[in-house]
Amino acid sequence: MTVAPTNADLTVGKGPAGATGGKAPLKFNFNLKQSGIYIAFALIVALFTVLTGGDMLAPQNISNIIVQNSYILVLAIGMILIIIAGHIDLSVGSVVAACGAFSAVMMVNWDLPWPIAVIGTLVFGAIIGAWQGYWVAYFGIPAFIVTLAGMLLFRAITLMILGNKGIGPFPEEVRTLANGFTDGFLGNIALGPLGGADLFSIIVGVAVVVAMAFVQWRTRTARIKYSQVVDPLWLFITKVAVPAILILFVIVQLARFRNLPWVLVLLAVLVVGYTVVTNRAVFGRQIYAVGGNLQAATLSGVKVKSVVFWLFVNMGVLSALAGIIFAGRLNQANPTAGNSFELDAIAAAFIGGAAVQGGVGKVVGAITGGLIMGVINNGMGLLGAQSEQVMLVKGAVLLAAVAFDVWSKRRTASTR
Amino acid sequence: MTDTILRMSGITKTFPGVKALQDVNLEVRRGEIHSICGENGAGKSTLMKVLSGVYPHGTYEGDIEFDGEACEFSGIRDSEHRGIVIIHQELALASNLSIAENIFLGNEQAKRGFIDWNRTNHAADELLRRVGLGESAVTPVIDLGVGKQQLVEIAKALSKKVKLLILDEPTAALNDEDSEHLLGLLRGLRDEGITCVIISHKLNEVMSISDRVTILRDGKTIWTQETAELTEDKVISGMVGRDLEHRYPEHTPNIGEEALRIEDWTVYSPIQADRALVRGVNMTLRRGEIVGLAGLMGAGRTELAMSVFGRSYGVNISGKLIKDGKEIRARNVAEAIDNGLAYATEDRKRYGLNLIEDIKRNISAAGLSKLAKGGWVDGNEEHKVADEFRASMNIKAPTVESIVGKLSGGNQQKVVLSKWIFTDPDVLILDEPTRGIDVGAKYEIYTIINRLADEGKAVLVISSELPELLGICDRIYTLSAGRITGEVARADATQEGLMTLMTKEEQEVAP
Repeated sequence: MTVAPTNADLTVGKGPAGATGGKAPLKFNFNLKQSGIYIAFALIVALFTVLTGGDMLAPQNISNIIVQNSYILVLAIGMILIIIAGHIDLSVGSVVAACGAFSAVMMVNWDLPWPIAVIGTLVFGAIIGAWQGYWVAYFGIPAFIVTLAGMLLFRAITLMILGNKGIGPFPEEVRTLANGFTDGFLGNIALGPLGGADLFSIIVGVAVVVAMAFVQWRTRTARIKYSQVVDPLWLFITKVAVPAILILFVIVQLARFRNLPWVLVLLAVLVVGYTVVTNRAVFGRQIYAVGGNLQAATLSGVKVKSVVFWLFVNMGVLSALAGIIFAGRLNQANPTAGNSFELDAIAAAFIGGAAVQGGVGKVVGAITGGLIMGVINNGMGLLGAQSEQVMLVKGAVLLAAVAFDVWSKRRTASTR
Repeated sequence: MTDTILRMSGITKTFPGVKALQDVNLEVRRGEIHSICGENGAGKSTLMKVLSGVYPHGTYEGDIEFDGEACEFSGIRDSEHRGIVIIHQELALASNLSIAENIFLGNEQAKRGFIDWNRTNHAADELLRRVGLGESAVTPVIDLGVGKQQLVEIAKALSKKVKLLILDEPTAALNDEDSEHLLGLLRGLRDEGITCVIISHKLNEVMSISDRVTILRDGKTIWTQETAELTEDKVISGMVGRDLEHRYPEHTPNIGEEALRIEDWTVYSPIQADRALVRGVNMTLRRGEIVGLAGLMGAGRTELAMSVFGRSYGVNISGKLIKDGKEIRARNVAEAIDNGLAYATEDRKRYGLNLIEDIKRNISAAGLSKLAKGGWVDGNEEHKVADEFRASMNIKAPTVESIVGKLSGGNQQKVVLSKWIFTDPDVLILDEPTRGIDVGAKYEIYTIINRLADEGKAVLVISSELPELLGICDRIYTLSAGRITGEVARADATQEGLMTLMTKEEQEVAP
């Protein structure tokens, strides 16, 4: 206690802690927790490809996986945001059904033009979200309870709208959005041994890949200009090239089948949009702040209640979108639509790296989590597995993913 | 004939980086009321946790001898079994259960696994009579005031055949009448042969009730004396008697205009809406001045600070905030920040930082709008700003992308300060800015505080460490039971003088 530190004692040592600028340390910081999910996805796909003798990656099957899971992936985007903020939404399956029913009433019974009906449905979803957001954010009831009640309420509303029968058929445009493909505007080109493929799809694919590479390159140059540490060039190129090759592979396969599914275009827009929001928007940052430490966020001036409220509104809108896609795909609004969708969406978020306590998670992670479940469903289906076996595997994967998260957190805590 | 019931000898308890207790000795005689006094952080609660087995045998050094036998408690059940019961400051009652259920919680009066309610309630009524509580044993605890809940805790202790009763700040939350009743009850228990150890900040109570007093300071026993031979002043000088070492940077203040005036500020407890935590406080903070706020635990320091900072604590807040001569409205944290207020919390891990995020996102958390255009954050600017703070605040971390939870306490505190400095406030309230920080980092924090004052900001430092306040503040307010009991210029301030003001009772100050 008698030590009187002088300024000399307090200057930063010459250790790596004080090093600024100069050459970036050539340390390959491999983050298992963040990359683990993508590696797991690759392994699962590889496993099923081998087991199915390549059928897994056949053009038609890839198309099927995307179209069959699109509504779950849409829900997973909203769900991961809610989970990052430390809440949960159990009602999305019922909201999907209610919104699908409402859209059917507008389009089929009232004969409204489909664009108006779609917008009307999204607004309906927003109102549902606002209702739940009010109780969670402003009234202070745990989201678990509010949305459990919502699960019953909105299923009841669905039944009140539909009675015990379905409503259909949907207009052509809505069916196309849910189930259809882009037109072959530019005709086909020959891809040698792969046969013919849609030129337009391939051009879109190449454009997307080039745009991705360009944006990442620009980010990198800006970081260098601000003398931030960046990945070494070879790692940067790998990080750009691997997803690019995967995207091109999927696009080529789709082009060989029936062009690009419209839901894929929609999903791509949503994923990019929400990724940018979570990374760069003030609102996105506040979601992480609220989930990471609610009190600290409150004391930093974040309007916590408003953030949570709008997250639920957002979830409502995305549920409405999923409801339209699902109803359009079946060409009928169905009273049992969306059953247990909430569980798939929640599972997607947690498999995709969300933390049970909140504060952690990525949109791309949730999409990957959703795709892992979709691939398991699809692959086991191809192998002729029974539905109970599929459930068993999905349950095990979910538990394993969260166990891994808890375990890795405990490990970091003990090395602190 | 003096008979020793408890002898703790050579107790040393170390937490990572801190020696909380160092070779502490305590002897308690059978049938006495023994007070333990010391500043916040002197080690009183740690000592009691060692005694009651919260810190089990093996996690500390030293010996405990109780009732003539050496004790090696492995948990609180062990010590209770031997008749040592501790009642914590925060009462640990299940509020929805009845008094009787609470008394016998964990000690249910059961036959073959089924609770015998007649026996339970009858026995509880008996115990309630002993502690002078008129309520029926089936009353839910939630319907009782804090004073009566305290009595239920004591009844619970009696049900466990208590020989040594330890009370941690038993009257801190009680009004005078309840306090009086409680102290009377303790005297009665002493006459029945129950030994009491009391931890208290209220020196007049200590003087009136205890037979002997032990002083702890910086984790060491200073002395134990008969109360009859003591004066309050002697206790105070024992508690604070530490020399000011050369631990504070030199600083010549350059005091300017008034920055913030707090007028007639009153705050009620959000838990007990009729209890005022802060009562009619008036304070003035000036630019370039470092003002201290001294007060013991429970005096209302943090409650005052947080209520000023966008009403983030308390209910029924009344009073005026006048900044730069104009009354301001700061009804929520965002408005407080907009008005140039900043508050760095006492508990940085729970309230100050997002531990799972990196340094830069923590630094930008309160001033994100300064980095954003149209709702979009400029990540590169954010990185640059964070890097500048890392350099200027000497935050020791490899990059600003390091996770804050992995930094040392001192570096975490620098991140908190950076966050608030980035909002460019005029008034900074720093609540325990050096708590849990090693000596070297403390010096750095003091230097930063001086720099902030030199930049023309008004700084209010809340601290439990009087030497710290004396070392860095230009002026010090004392707070006791929610009231300002004194305002002392640095030149006139002594630890003894401040401690006297901090322990001053309400009626002595009321006009």
